[in-house]
Amino acid sequence: MAVVTRDGEAAGPAAGTSRPAAVSRFYTGMLNLEWLTKAWWTILSISLFAGIWELCWAFGWADPKLLPPPHIFLGNLAEQGKFFNTATRWQVGQAMNAGPSAFESVMITVGATTARVFVGLAMASVLAIGMGVLIRYYHFFDKLVLPTITLLSPVSPIAWLPVAIFLFGIGNAPAIFMVVVALFFHMVLATVAQIDGVSPNFINVARTMGASKRQIYGRVIVPAILPGMLQVLRLNLFGAWMVVLVAESTGVGYGMGQVIMLARNTFNPSLVFFTIAVIGVLGFAFDWLLRQAQRRILYWLPDTKEKLRGL
Amino acid sequence: MAFDAPPTFSSKDAVVCRGVGKTWAAGTRRAHNALTGIDLDVAPGEFVVFLGPSGCGKSTLLYLIAGLEDATEGQLWSFGDLVDTPSPERSLIFQETSLFPWLTVWENVSFGLSIRGAGKEERRSVAAEALQRVGLKAAMDKRPDELSGGMRQRVAVARALAMRPKVLLMDEPFAALDVQTRARMQDFLLDVWRDSGASVLFVTHHIDEAVALADRVVVFTSRPGRIKTIVPIDLPRPRNLFSREAEELRIRLTDLLRDEVDRAFAEQEALAVTA
Ligand SMILES: Nc1ncnc2c1ncn2[C@@H]1O[C@H](COP(=O)(O)OP(=O)(O)OP(=O)(O)O)[C@@H](O)[C@H]1O
Ligand SMILES: [Mg+2]
Repeated sequence: MAVVTRDGEAAGPAAGTSRPAAVSRFYTGMLNLEWLTKAWWTILSISLFAGIWELCWAFGWADPKLLPPPHIFLGNLAEQGKFFNTATRWQVGQAMNAGPSAFESVMITVGATTARVFVGLAMASVLAIGMGVLIRYYHFFDKLVLPTITLLSPVSPIAWLPVAIFLFGIGNAPAIFMVVVALFFHMVLATVAQIDGVSPNFINVARTMGASKRQIYGRVIVPAILPGMLQVLRLNLFGAWMVVLVAESTGVGYGMGQVIMLARNTFNPSLVFFTIAVIGVLGFAFDWLLRQAQRRILYWLPDTKEKLRGL
Repeated sequence: MAFDAPPTFSSKDAVVCRGVGKTWAAGTRRAHNALTGIDLDVAPGEFVVFLGPSGCGKSTLLYLIAGLEDATEGQLWSFGDLVDTPSPERSLIFQETSLFPWLTVWENVSFGLSIRGAGKEERRSVAAEALQRVGLKAAMDKRPDELSGGMRQRVAVARALAMRPKVLLMDEPFAALDVQTRARMQDFLLDVWRDSGASVLFVTHHIDEAVALADRVVVFTSRPGRIKTIVPIDLPRPRNLFSREAEELRIRLTDLLRDEVDRAFAEQEALAVTA
């Protein structure tokens, strides 16, 4: 009898291991499929938009000199690339055709702008979250700085542009300063709002367990506001992309904003749309990355989106 | 008085309330007198059940005893000390679920220990023991959102027990459970109570539950909450809940409660008419 039972048990786990493996393989397949459909929808959405534009051109409604359709402004990468990374080209003693190739120029410019966006966003986040937590942690700090922050937060980034130049001249510093100053005040207010939205029950639980003020902030409030803060970060990523172009148009050596400015001054609509396309793709890619990070970090959030879709 | 000495109370009772009252949002237009004139002594190791119509201030009183809210009238003591802040000696199990969604079940249960700086080994073993008692040891590594409402409430019970409190405050902890699970949880709670020697203050709407658990049942009036009567339950333990005495107690408590609920509804209707 005993032997039979033991055999039965031995067979059990063996069957158990093969099945989850099959199930998980099935799921990976499903996930890939989901990914593919998502990609298809993205392509469809963009094609539809581009297609309408191309049709307008084909019917002669859109003047190719003012609104060149995608096949024109994307058609000649080498030509467009010439206008990127102007930094080395205009230097004395440089031949017109020396320096990096068109593709390299685009990459250098894109890299420079992206770096400014990220440094600015990171600095703004750290400063703003720190400030928001301090405001709620120390009551006197709240009274001391919150009025000023509220006062400054509606100021348009354009208004900061001269300040950036007075303080930092030209180069990377004013562009990054612009990104930081454009995001900082909103992000402080958003952090404070997130903290105020934490369920009082969570705080009460920690208090009854004898948690100190510091422990309540570190172990309850910070994890509780994390989902909201990542959302804030995502929205501000777009904000950073918008501001950086304004900042770069003033002269930073090279950057996407500078290219747009050049296109405007030389009346080159193709170059404008080409730059817009590049920015769009970059923004999309980074938003996707941030969403992935959000999914990893915030594993505990309920999937409301799925529920809404099922309605 | 020359100086404001902290008031002391000589009694070493687990909980002492003297003239305790609470007005929410005091001094504003939305002021609401939830509780007034509460005098109550709870002996160490005593099991006291609060019974009263919805909204009469039972949860409010537990908050005051836990030290989470300040009384606007009167004072409270616990083991001779004035209650003015929360303490790990008085654990409160909340009416709503209050597990941290970012921690696993066992991390939730051992949250109080991690506050004290206990190591992972110790925390895990204490959590395992506490979860064992509520029959959820298998769910240790799950996240709260993977559990049912009743399971979450049992985890909250385990979390309170892991603190080894001297006073256990429970706000309708078994309200979400089915009859069988509830009966098991009641037995388990009585075991824990006997082993730990803690005083338990337990809110419920179920008269059966009150008769099954309590040494004394405190019946509240509706708004503002006052103590209407205190009914001692002198049934020997383990209790035969089908005895004639138990039945009589249930009838008596039902009558007491019905009067209050009727009064509460009558008041509400009167308010609706004048408004
Ligand atoms: N945080 C709060 N702020 C303002 N008023 C409150 C607050 N909490 C409770 N109250 C009010 O105090 C009164 C008593 O509430 P309490 O939660 O103590 O009732 P309860 O007896 O526990 O009711 P139930 O049995 O429905 O849980 C209610 O009228 C409620 O509106
Ligand atoms: Mg209540």
